Amino acid sequence: MSIIAPRFRLGYFIKSLLDNVFWIIILLTLIGIPAIQVVLFFIDLPVIEGELLTPFLALTWLADPSRTLPIIKALMQTDFFKIAVFPGFGFAALLAAGTIFIERKLLAKLQLRVGPFYCGKLEGILQLMGDGLKLISKEIIIPAKADKPIFWAAPLLFVGAAAAFISLIPVSPGWVIADLDVGLLAFFAIIGFFPIITVLASWSANSKFPFIGGIRALHQMVSFEIPLILSLLGIVILTGTLNLSEIVESQSNFPWIIFMPIGAIVFFIAMLAELERIPFDLPEAESEIVAGWLTEFSGMMYGLVQLGSYLKLYAFAAIFVVLFLGGWNGPMIMPQFPQEIITEGIELGPISVTIPGLPLFTPEMINGTFWFTIKTIGVIFFILIPRGVFPRIRIDLLLHIGWYKLIGLAFVNIFISLSLLYSGVLGPGGMM
Amino acid sequence: MSELPPGIKLEKEDDKIMTLNVGPQHPGSGHMRIIVKIDGDYIVSCDPDPGYVHRGEEKMAEYRNYITNIPHLERPVIHDSCNILYPYCLGVEEILGLEVPERAKYIRVIASELNRCVYTLYWLAIYGIFLGHSTMFMWPTGDRELLIDLLEKLSGARVTHAYFIPGGVRNDMPANFEDVCIRQINYFEKRIKQYDSIFYSNPILKSRTIKTGVLAQQDAISLGATGSVLRASGVDFDVRKKEPYDVYDNLDFQSNTLKSGDSYARSKIPWLDMLESCRIIRNALEKIPKSGSVRVKLKPNPKAGNVETYKRVESGRGSLGMYIISNGKPEPYRVKISVGSFRNLICLPYLLKGEKLGNMPAVYWSLNYWPVEADR
Repeated sequence: MSIIAPRFRLGYFIKSLLDNVFWIIILLTLIGIPAIQVVLFFIDLPVIEGELLTPFLALTWLADPSRTLPIIKALMQTDFFKIAVFPGFGFAALLAAGTIFIERKLLAKLQLRVGPFYCGKLEGILQLMGDGLKLISKEIIIPAKADKPIFWAAPLLFVGAAAAFISLIPVSPGWVIADLDVGLLAFFAIIGFFPIITVLASWSANSKFPFIGGIRALHQMVSFEIPLILSLLGIVILTGTLNLSEIVESQSNFPWIIFMPIGAIVFFIAMLAELERIPFDLPEAESEIVAGWLTEFSGMMYGLVQLGSYLKLYAFAAIFVVLFLGGWNGPMIMPQFPQEIITEGIELGPISVTIPGLPLFTPEMINGTFWFTIKTIGVIFFILIPRGVFPRIRIDLLLHIGWYKLIGLAFVNIFISLSLLYSGVLGPGGMM
Repeated sequence: MSELPPGIKLEKEDDKIMTLNVGPQHPGSGHMRIIVKIDGDYIVSCDPDPGYVHRGEEKMAEYRNYITNIPHLERPVIHDSCNILYPYCLGVEEILGLEVPERAKYIRVIASELNRCVYTLYWLAIYGIFLGHSTMFMWPTGDRELLIDLLEKLSGARVTHAYFIPGGVRNDMPANFEDVCIRQINYFEKRIKQYDSIFYSNPILKSRTIKTGVLAQQDAISLGATGSVLRASGVDFDVRKKEPYDVYDNLDFQSNTLKSGDSYARSKIPWLDMLESCRIIRNALEKIPKSGSVRVKLKPNPKAGNVETYKRVESGRGSLGMYIISNGKPEPYRVKISVGSFRNLICLPYLLKGEKLGNMPAVYWSLNYWPVEADR
């Protein structure tokens, strides 16, 4: 065989790790510290506790945990942190980027290829960054006869709607941006936006292939929304609430997938169709309609739609975890942090170390995030696997599955949950 | 009608119909254009428009002598270059009166069967990606390297071999070729049996291809289909069996036939043929004379009399014939190439009428059609 596949070697792996660390340190020292100095030099410096905050003092504070920790802790309680970093956009974007990387490597291994390998030295981990830079640097071409305001707005609306999902997802106890009492209803409401955005995007391009793709997407999304919503009614009947955090808390003893496997299967299949993943990717069927409703998007507009679709993938996987797999519930893996270390410090032979202030994260929060992330990655794995195994389905067969089979199975699921409720096995709030 | 307000017209029947230009700048067309008219999701009419890669091979052949014609005649289908040179070499041997050595005949059979598999794998890979099955695109493309390596050992080139010449083959097999060939073919046979579980037994593939684009037996004959398309409709016609050339009558193989005539059968026949090719290669390696010359000595600029000949072989896409007319000069007077691709393309408008748009790639590529060869 003349195929030369690079083989995994531990030495190269460690060397590439060290290379990346080296460059991070170099760039931080050469750019980061001068940048902080410049900023501190120019801003209006406040007077704190009777002394003027000079740049030198500010840098001293950065190294003093007793001053920095309370500030960081206060920052973490703000809404801005929750929306931008955790459990909002930053966390979701990190998981979505990881999803793209895992998808490419996994598919490559399945198809006897190598996948991204060279970019970033470490098994192609920076490939996504390279792709993003390429998309940003490309020219944005808009069709001459397109309806330009709507055409421009469609990718932004798509990303915005996908990001709106993330505000509903409870990642760990207390860590959710919008803890709505009608969380599940809000989830259905956001799903309802996507057909409209897709049709706007495809129709405003004023081109034939996007139009056909948009109509297909409309058919697909609208007909799979019904089984998707029906499959979740069983959970609402048994928990008696629409609040996602309370639904997670109701699963502290057992996840709902044990009692409602049919509902989970229906929801999973409807989810694949809503996400336009293979085998239901016919709005983007390239051998028939070029790239479907994405055909006329170029440059970063295409990149935004892709970002939106991967955020949507993460959000649906997270909702599956929250509703069927018990969310943040799991065995405790974090040992309890001893209180005296915080108050009195720790003695290590000749030296004594003091960690004043409060710990940034509670053990419950770290444990919940860990279990939530592990379960979400597991569900994403099962969403990605069909791409290597199945061909694309046809539109009439797809609608047949949606209207004839999934809706019937969703009703079966509702009857199962009703019988569980009336026979007294389960009730609102868990086991009776 | 006159009461209608100005600017508003009644809808005509034609307004419902949308015309799609699938190709030449389209990921699912190849080097051609298919003008498809659709009413909703159903195809009303289909008009294939080949000719974007016409290179005038037949005219070029009239300005070169019998030997220098070889490299450019294989260009229409470089994945199957041994099979497209086969009828040319057979014809020139007849009009020049050359007697091919026995060992060369066996080597030709081995090379042409290997090349048929190389072509079929490439075709199968594109069929996979047309149906959205990306693994079926990567696996055959990777396994193709096994056979390309064998052909590289044999001829020195990966795709454009120019290996067959009038009077034999260009050079003998290398020393350990037989062992390597048996080993690679055994592995290859094991690999292509796995395609059955991932592709041909896939429920979604079956639901998309079974009973789509059905070509009845009588229609297949009257439209002039050939090769895998004809055999998928239940007509047992294989040139290797019906008009054996070289040593095919000594070898033990069978021609595969399926009854249904739909896209699934048309996509399965080439896969069955690949399994048959492995059998032929193994059989030929057993029966080949262990030594002997592989080519006859040719004059520098051979001339033939006022003769004409027609020879055909079974290529990867059906029967491939060449009609060669000589008028006593070193160059042929006329070389007419009749290819299976073009004859199978004629079936496309008949098959696509009334089908759904989603079936277009499944039917189009199942016709075992290679656009470059059809244009010549």
